[in-house]
Amino acid sequence: MSHVVEAPVRAPQPTIEDDRLEDPPWVVIVWNDPINLMSYVTLVLQQLFGYSRSKATKLMLQVHNDGKAVVSAGTKEKAELDVSRLHAHGLWATMRQD
Amino acid sequence: MRRRGIKAGKDGTYRVELPDEERDVLAALPDQLRDALDAGEPTLYRLFPPAHSDDDAANEDYARLVGPALVDGKLRALAELQRTAHAKRLDEDELGSWLGAIESLRLVLGTQLDVTEESYGPLDTADPDAPRLALYHWLSWLQEEVVQALSESLERKAPTD
Repeated sequence: MSHVVEAPVRAPQPTIEDDRLEDPPWVVIVWNDPINLMSYVTLVLQQLFGYSRSKATKLMLQVHNDGKAVVSAGTKEKAELDVSRLHAHGLWATMRQD
Repeated sequence: MRRRGIKAGKDGTYRVELPDEERDVLAALPDQLRDALDAGEPTLYRLFPPAHSDDDAANEDYARLVGPALVDGKLRALAELQRTAHAKRLDEDELGSWLGAIESLRLVLGTQLDVTEESYGPLDTADPDAPRLALYHWLSWLQEEVVQALSESLERKAPTD
């Protein structure tokens, strides 16, 4: 057993870019559907993610006009949780690794 | 004549102005959806979407893990709507249950009627689906009332940008 005391080595701090290269984030996508009201989608995005009314409205319009929008991103676990919360509120949401 | 609909009060409660016959409909609808849930009707797929676009195995895992809680949440909201359908005032949790229950009812009814973006025009009374479309549109109006009332409260609590 070695008792050599090693000088403390400062581990290189991973940068945000490194993290992204190693483990790309998961994104949560809300898809357009003909049943959900625009005002309802905006309210749900505000309630679930704490988005401002203008940010939630912008995302809702993106869903409406482009057919889909990325509404949140993060670890796989966070994406799974977000998808299940959106499903609990009736929105059509899926997740994928970016 | 008093305005029909739902109004946010300054005390954090919500006033519900609906005629009794409309409340009777609200109280009756949850049983119909519960029966459909028990029967496992195919149109219910809209209540439980897949979490992944192209990964069946992951979707099976997701349905196994999350499915029961999703069903529970929707059943709870339906029970709350039924319990409070004739209430003159609702607190925020109760109105949240109305929102969730009406959402489930509209999703299933809208899927059964094959609703599209074009279904929101004037009602064609010759359409054999007209009565159920009328119910769908009435639920859409009521959900909009609930959304506006809850949005108003949300803005009051957290005025952002």
